[in-house]
Amino acid sequence: MTRDELHDLDEPNGLDELCGRLTAYEGRTAASGGAGRDPVNEPMIRHWCEAMGDTNPAYPDIAPPTMLQAWTMGGLAGHPGGSARSAAYDELLALLDDAGCTSVVATDCEQEYVRSLRPGDEITFDAVIESVSPRKTTKLGTGYFVTTRMNVRTGDGELAGTHRFRILKYAPARPKAEPKREPEPEPRRAAERGVDRPRRPRPVINRDNAGFWQGVARHQLLIQRCLDCAAPRFPWLPGCGACSSQRWEAVEASGAGTVFSYVVMHHPPFPAFDPPYAVGLIELAEGVRMVSGITGVPYDKVRIGMPVELEFLRVDEELELPVFRGAEA
Amino acid sequence: MTVRTGDELPPLRIPITRTLIVAGALASRDYQDVHHDAEAAKEKGSPDIFMNILTTNGLVGRYITDHFGPRARLRKVAIRLGAPNYPGDEMVLTGEVTSVAEGTAEVAVTGRNGIGHHVTGKVTVQLPTDAPGTGDARKGTTDTPAATDTPAATDTPATTDAPATTDAPTEITTPDTPR
Repeated sequence: MTRDELHDLDEPNGLDELCGRLTAYEGRTAASGGAGRDPVNEPMIRHWCEAMGDTNPAYPDIAPPTMLQAWTMGGLAGHPGGSARSAAYDELLALLDDAGCTSVVATDCEQEYVRSLRPGDEITFDAVIESVSPRKTTKLGTGYFVTTRMNVRTGDGELAGTHRFRILKYAPARPKAEPKREPEPEPRRAAERGVDRPRRPRPVINRDNAGFWQGVARHQLLIQRCLDCAAPRFPWLPGCGACSSQRWEAVEASGAGTVFSYVVMHHPPFPAFDPPYAVGLIELAEGVRMVSGITGVPYDKVRIGMPVELEFLRVDEELELPVFRGAEA
Repeated sequence: MTVRTGDELPPLRIPITRTLIVAGALASRDYQDVHHDAEAAKEKGSPDIFMNILTTNGLVGRYITDHFGPRARLRKVAIRLGAPNYPGDEMVLTGEVTSVAEGTAEVAVTGRNGIGHHVTGKVTVQLPTDAPGTGDARKGTTDTPAATDTPAATDTPATTDAPATTDAPTEITTPDTPR
């Protein structure tokens, strides 16, 4: 994946209520009273230099400056006195977890080195939550960038360097792969995938559109028609867009339509959908348009103007959807 | 060594081996499983283990001091990650001096791998003060490491230029947060 693929796709912030709660954490402590697990020492410097292939003779008399963060890490067992992480930072991460932003990825590291660290130096550190971004949608998923800034000091309190670290806490755009315990014959795995695969999103049914979904349950595609000006409308709304009247009736559409426009979805993949697939903007014979799946035609054979016919697709035991079958040329 | 704006550093090719990824993760005390356990990485949606950000940081630092010599001092390393470094790939680090002022140079560094830009960054390095225009500053000093670490060179405060603006996200695929 390239950098460009992760640039923001959008920055929806107007209705982002969570964002306000998150930014309230800016300026609060992220970690305090942290102490290095070990003092700066030659063996760790040597292991680092061997791993990096760094033969700089200045080391290990001084530590490679880029080890700055390594001296603060808890390692496999963690810090003996518990994490230095603050309750505020834990809360911030928990808020993000609760919002579905359970995955984390490091994106940026900015370090400034004030003085060299030498074997024997004891390390202390503290950190502040510097910023929380508005909600960002990236190729990985939608989430928030959280930036912390850590001060790393030696035992005498002298600043050795600063370490700014940025993570993206996000809701993954695709489901994590199922762990596979052992290989199985392909047909059976395919069948299991069919059973286990994520379900399509459920429609949001409310007072305004309940009639539409009742129609779907009876295999009727219902649109609304204004009782005052007779304008047809779809999707379902309480008032007429033409004359503002709130009086309407439900009318069953004939089911005939044409492809007014379409897109082919390649990426990103969503759970329960197998890209590439075509999504059509269908113009019904009654004059209204609806977004729907197109069946019966390969995704790359869908064309504007193609005649389509309504059918109902049983998605799973509780969801049925109106879709449109294309007449292949 | 005379350093001028526009100087290009010779590329450094780094084979991305499992050994490098694991050794770098452990040397940086980063035990996130995605940096050493391929099965765990796959369960989290990554095709394989991948290099952690601390190792990338270390390699960028090494690239700069390899070039400018052991008496050069890193003052600032700011990196942004992009395409992950997976085993079997190769990363090629390139660098260009973007400014030189008051004994420090700023170098723009890019690390490309087979799938894109793994890292882009900016490094501020304090140049050796007593060897201007004398060719390879490294050569005269490698045998006397003690002389490479004069207090004057190491205790000077860092340059305090504004941090790189960093609004655009980049990616790797799984957790990489030190505790």
